[in-house]
Amino acid sequence: MKLIPQIVFAIVLLAGIGYFSWNVRKLIRNIKLGRKIDRTDRKTERWKNMARIALGQQKMVVRPLPGLMHIIVYLGFIIINIEVLEIIIDGLFGTHRIFAPLGATYDVLIGSFEILALLVIVAVTVFWIRRNVIKLKRFIYPEMKGWPKNDGNIILYFEAVLMFLFLTMNGADLSLQQLGAEHYTQAGAFPISSLWLPVFENLGESTLILIERSAWWLHIIGILVFLNYLYFSKHLHILLAFPNTWYADLNPKGQFDNLESVTNEVKLMMDPNADPFAPVPTEASGVPAEGDMDNVPEKFGASDVMDLNMVQLLNAYTCTECGRCTSECPASQTGKKLSPRKIMMDTRDRLEEVGKNIDANKGEFVDDGKQLLDDYITREELWACTSCNACVEACPVNINPLSIIMDIRRYLVMEQSAAPTELNTMMTNIENNGAPWPYNQMDRLNWISES
Amino acid sequence: MSESIKVSTMAEMMAEGKTPEVLFWVGCSGSFDDRAKKITKAFVKLLNKAGVDFAVLGTEESCTGDPAKRSGNEMLFQMQAMTNIKVLNGYEIKKIVTACPHCFNTLKNEYPSLGGSYEVVHHTQFLRSLLSDGRLTVEGGKYKGKRITFHDPCYLGRANNVYEAPRELIQKLDAELVEMKSCKKRGLCCGAGGAQMFKEPEKGDKDINIERTEQALDTKPEIIAAGCPFCNTMLTDGIKGKEKESEIAVMDVAELIANAEDL
Repeated sequence: MKLIPQIVFAIVLLAGIGYFSWNVRKLIRNIKLGRKIDRTDRKTERWKNMARIALGQQKMVVRPLPGLMHIIVYLGFIIINIEVLEIIIDGLFGTHRIFAPLGATYDVLIGSFEILALLVIVAVTVFWIRRNVIKLKRFIYPEMKGWPKNDGNIILYFEAVLMFLFLTMNGADLSLQQLGAEHYTQAGAFPISSLWLPVFENLGESTLILIERSAWWLHIIGILVFLNYLYFSKHLHILLAFPNTWYADLNPKGQFDNLESVTNEVKLMMDPNADPFAPVPTEASGVPAEGDMDNVPEKFGASDVMDLNMVQLLNAYTCTECGRCTSECPASQTGKKLSPRKIMMDTRDRLEEVGKNIDANKGEFVDDGKQLLDDYITREELWACTSCNACVEACPVNINPLSIIMDIRRYLVMEQSAAPTELNTMMTNIENNGAPWPYNQMDRLNWISES
Repeated sequence: MSESIKVSTMAEMMAEGKTPEVLFWVGCSGSFDDRAKKITKAFVKLLNKAGVDFAVLGTEESCTGDPAKRSGNEMLFQMQAMTNIKVLNGYEIKKIVTACPHCFNTLKNEYPSLGGSYEVVHHTQFLRSLLSDGRLTVEGGKYKGKRITFHDPCYLGRANNVYEAPRELIQKLDAELVEMKSCKKRGLCCGAGGAQMFKEPEKGDKDINIERTEQALDTKPEIIAAGCPFCNTMLTDGIKGKEKESEIAVMDVAELIANAEDL
């Protein structure tokens, strides 16, 4: 009979971790729907970036107040996880405070967990006030209505409740230690939960044990539920910030990639000896392949999530909708429809939709008549971008909304010839006379003699 | 600005069997836009004064393809790029200076993988090196103590992390450099980038250049300095919109240096 709690614990733990892993596999499959991109060069720089930006939170503190608050919550969750390790061992083996023999170290550990837990509650309250009372501008854009708003609040409630349960568990535990209850080892320092000892006074040992056990169980179950909530939430950033910063573009922000498929065509066009009717050489061999059925010309640019690359799709899952990109965007600031955050949210929503389509159709995507362009992201948004890179600079985890905007513009221009008229005029000028305006190429040096 | 200027083309240099120290990439704006042509001339005067052996491509220069690429027309961009690379490589160009951050970014970052690798510098970086090498001297003169704010062009600043060269030049003038609310890494775009220069903006509550001009005006400047012909146009329009053109001048950093020297 004594084993029942341990068995229940093991089942709950396995179920929690199992369901999460199942969803992570789905997440990885969805990211792999994107095009391959090689981002494994310059490894030292990548590790440094990850250490500096994800682990070190360097870009968070560009805005000092929310940056500091975020570091508290972040440290809280990382450090308090050491406590979770103890809870898991205790739960599986029926022990209580297995790390207690650490003595003074244990006191320091528990003491600092408690202080952090309180700080987390304070920070989370401030965050909640910023979202719901002060209503900071970046949290009330149109894309934040409905689920994104609730999602943000649910995360804050979760964090506050988990910390509250942790402190309740410790408070009841301390009371039991003082009563000399059996099984409750004298261990740990409790700078915060000792403050509410009076609440537990006169409750009697059995009630205290009930409170302590309930808080303990709810705390660990809450953590497992929260873990599984991640996949359905913007909160995935706590894990994905790490790969996301590792795979981020290391080139200067102004450097956009040169499409290789276009290079091949342009080379062919400019080569006077090229035979326009020759079969297209395959990528690998460089020689014409007989009967190669894969010789469909590559699509230029992106109209749906499968045309984006894997890093762009990882970006979409990593975005936690903080809106720093949007609040720095010149188009958003001047009331245009474009919001870089919405570009990322749309990409993720569409990717999820495609993923569900694949699940429902036995692993095969069945055309649903929808795409990222137009059904999610409108042309008006895309053409409002000045490519200034403010969004890329602002993102605390190096997401690049601009690259998605550019890829869809490429599709619009090269596959659909659907640029705004004035841009078509500009491009015709470049083609005809080598300048975006209709000036004669032969007049390029006139400035020398003009006064 | 009275002195006549001396400019050779690469073709002329080649005919004489000479190789210049640097190629000055003038850019479409610097070649054709009336306001930008003044910047081009101011920079050339400084090059002449410092005795820099330079050349331009003249009628052999063509748009780098930047506005086409930012519009999404990769095909047109690469056609422009490859044509230009043929010309540049034909003349065995090693070093390029340009007064346009868009040309600067494209030549420096996007040409190498298409076969065109050169050392590319922005004119503010080039002027700084002329000063530090003692080839050019500048004294504050007429700008001493003036309040000057510098607008970071996106394609020079954020895109390529060049923030200090233009600022050091302004400080050389003994001017009082004042920063706008959004500057350096967080500088606000003038509204022209990404080919917006060539189209009407999308619907909104305000034009981006007006927003930026207001930020500049908040610093109570006598001069707004820029380092990009397109930013210059946008901010000049903004100042006109605010009816401040009689009090506040929008000038390129090269013009400031050339004027201080009374060139």
